[in-house]
Amino acid sequence: MRKCLWLWGLLFFALGFAWSITAERNPCTERISGSAGDVLEDDPVGRLKVYVYELPSKYNKKILQKDPRCLSHMFAAEIFMHRFLLSSPVRTLNPEEADWFYTPIYATCDLTPTGLPLPFKSPRMVRSAIQLISSSWPYWNRTEGADHFFVVPHDFGACFHYQVTDSSLPRLAGILPILRRATLVQTFGQRNHVCLNEGSITIPPYAPPQKMRARQIPPDTPRSIFVYFRGLFCDVNNDPECGYYARGARAAVWENFKSNPLFDISTEHPTTYYEDMQRAIFCLCPLGWAPWSPRLVEAVVFGCIPVIIADDIVLPFADAIPWEEIGVSVAEEDVPKLDKILTSIPSHVILRKQRLLANPSMKRAMLFPQSTLPGDAFHQILNGLARKLPHPKSVYLNPGEKILNWTAGPITDLKPW
Amino acid sequence: MKLSALQQSYLGRRSNSFRSSGPLDSSSDGAFKSPAAVFWLVLHGLSCLISLLLGFRFSRLVFLLLSTSSTYTSPFHSPTELAKTLDIRSVIPADPVGNVPLPFPNKTATNSRVVVGRHGIRIRPWPHPNPVEVMKAHRIIERVQTEQRLQFGVKDPRKIIVVTPTYVRTFQSLHLTGVMHSLMLVPYDLVWIVVEAGGVSNETASLIAKSGLRTIHVGFNQRMPNSWDGRHKLETKMRLRGLRIVREKKLDGIVIFADDSNMHSMELFDEIQNVKWFGAVSVGILASSANIDETVVEKRGEEENPRMPVQGPACNVSNMLAGWHTFNTLPFAGKSAVYIDDRATVLPRKLEWSGFILNSSLLWKDGDKPEWMKDIDTLDGDIESPLDLVKDPSVVEPLGSCGRRVLLWWLRVEARADSKFPPRWIIDPPLEITVPSKRTPWPDTPPELPSHEKPVIRIQEPIIKHTTKTRTSRSKRRSKRKHDETRTDRGTTGFDKTLQN
Repeated sequence: MRKCLWLWGLLFFALGFAWSITAERNPCTERISGSAGDVLEDDPVGRLKVYVYELPSKYNKKILQKDPRCLSHMFAAEIFMHRFLLSSPVRTLNPEEADWFYTPIYATCDLTPTGLPLPFKSPRMVRSAIQLISSSWPYWNRTEGADHFFVVPHDFGACFHYQVTDSSLPRLAGILPILRRATLVQTFGQRNHVCLNEGSITIPPYAPPQKMRARQIPPDTPRSIFVYFRGLFCDVNNDPECGYYARGARAAVWENFKSNPLFDISTEHPTTYYEDMQRAIFCLCPLGWAPWSPRLVEAVVFGCIPVIIADDIVLPFADAIPWEEIGVSVAEEDVPKLDKILTSIPSHVILRKQRLLANPSMKRAMLFPQSTLPGDAFHQILNGLARKLPHPKSVYLNPGEKILNWTAGPITDLKPW
Repeated sequence: MKLSALQQSYLGRRSNSFRSSGPLDSSSDGAFKSPAAVFWLVLHGLSCLISLLLGFRFSRLVFLLLSTSSTYTSPFHSPTELAKTLDIRSVIPADPVGNVPLPFPNKTATNSRVVVGRHGIRIRPWPHPNPVEVMKAHRIIERVQTEQRLQFGVKDPRKIIVVTPTYVRTFQSLHLTGVMHSLMLVPYDLVWIVVEAGGVSNETASLIAKSGLRTIHVGFNQRMPNSWDGRHKLETKMRLRGLRIVREKKLDGIVIFADDSNMHSMELFDEIQNVKWFGAVSVGILASSANIDETVVEKRGEEENPRMPVQGPACNVSNMLAGWHTFNTLPFAGKSAVYIDDRATVLPRKLEWSGFILNSSLLWKDGDKPEWMKDIDTLDGDIESPLDLVKDPSVVEPLGSCGRRVLLWWLRVEARADSKFPPRWIIDPPLEITVPSKRTPWPDTPPELPSHEKPVIRIQEPIIKHTTKTRTSRSKRRSKRKHDETRTDRGTTGFDKTLQN
């Protein structure tokens, strides 16, 4: 009898000990249980195969040579994705066994002297590339692009004529017609918007990882700024009344909180921008002309809770990252009450969000490092593509069947590139 | 075509691109002349001209006048498709009661909450900080910082035991308040042992009671002598008395000596948590320099800039203790103050007590402590420097990145020994007579002043006529005054003048 008790006691003790070892005991960070169940740490290798088309260098390398600024601006993901895929284990040289096909076109690398991309020639470029691949390989015609993916990190994704949203001009509005069946990997995400296809993968914009790592301050520096934001409130060159830019939300933030000492907001470009973000508790990420911005990536990397002010935005990797638990979402109409909303968050919730942000896998998932790490944004893109497999039977077309309208679009877009 | 040119320029400006983009080719056919469009264009041009003349945005004013909304939103414009599309529709006139948004067609696909077009800027009626929210935010910031300190700061912080010798004198308030405020800011547990020469007094007790810290206030039954030398010796005895209290009560923590005239930085308290047994930090010596200016500066003319002398541990390249920096007393030979009233430089000792930190278990009778620590009961107060507490000075741990960081400063400023001050700095009974002075220090004011007795007494801060507290050892310049009264009344007149101006 006593022996039994002793044995039971030992068993319980052993179980408790084992549980305490395996449970996450790190008080600093917390595991993110994603909505799809810890998918941030999935390894895509072995789950999919990607074939990279060999396009002439005028579509990629030559453009980059003309303007090396493309490697450091926020649209650089398209270039780094190409480089990553060329040396990744998911790449296959046999197109017959590939699940996905990648076309390396640097469509966002045509820059103005000030460094902003002009997407107006991109339709012609994409069109000419697709004509090339459809004539040299049979895989495009097999599915009309449904098992192909393209990286289009521009402001409005693959809507190269982004000014046009009127449905009376369908030839201009929306996603480029020939890309409508392909999977688009883009930074733009807004629900019920023509520029976001069902099944697109939203990614974060490119932010330079080395620069951010180099400017880290000691973690015991107390966070003394309550809310931080640096950027434009009103794009006076294009919208003097400030009613169009950011749908009036940024101007509302300024008007309501410019005199509030808790809100460190201004239009300056300080040299200590990264360091300041590490000393702030909340970082505002309001929409601009487009709903996304690199501020989200910077906030996550520096441990500042992102306050997202963009109605209907689709955040990066939304099916893998539970953004409501990590950041704070504020409707644009609630901007005048922003201080009340932020101060009414209980402090244990704030501390939990900070712990989730401190998780290194969270930070890695937002970055495109030069030498790839497990769990970084490249892997998350591949995870997203792997989750869409296997392709449904409907993507495969009968020979001779055509769905896409190759002549859609303005006459200028149909000119060869 | 002038009209279409106007439209073109308007479109070019309003189009969504902050990039210098080429216009789309198909846009040139977009213009057509509907009367409503023409009317609005003309109106827009007119308001632009008026704005130019007036210098501010005229349209805002108009809408302000027209709008009756209480929430101060600039009213929703009609959806001016000018911005988003290329052809101009007939524009629906703006509703003067701007609150109700007109039902306009969604430019985006169905079921979207997002509306394209011009939006009003929502401003709440009182766009200024709300004090309740500010306080809540500060509490959140405090909580976050406490958490940060728990995670990244010192692990298992130990209690700090502060030993301060003091005595009642004119400058005690000044010095003790400074130390008290520094100690109140320390984020760790604290015990403050205040040893007072001349016995426990209400003066000191009332001062330290304001701190809210845990204090142990004991008296020492000797009066503070008038010479600096005697004062230093007595302070050493008082510190040993404080250490005996630590031993009696078996207090556990880190013992530091905070002289009441020193200045401590907050990093000091973080750094001393790293001590194991016996540590030393660098102390900056601010020997009062008013009198040495003339003589010393000449001597050091050819040398490099005179740096502030620092007392503390000196390390060699491998960050091991190699020696001690002590204060160089040679420049002051013969010129240093002997008595407290002297107007000469007050020199520190070779090594100040305030630069040394002890683990309190070194002071206990029993318990495991290293054998190099002497028992404080065997010592009897004739200790030159704190290094006499240990048998082997090489065991001292240098703190503050091996003595390179100066974490506290030493300064001795005192009033004359016979100076008087109102007890507890309360004027009671109130002053009766104030005599205006005949001269003022401001040259451009008239020399003769009418005597206002009443207003002067009412407004001025209480100035004690008898005190000589401003005549410190450093105020040699002021010794040229003839009367104390005259000088204090100058102060009075000063207040008077500022009021008149």
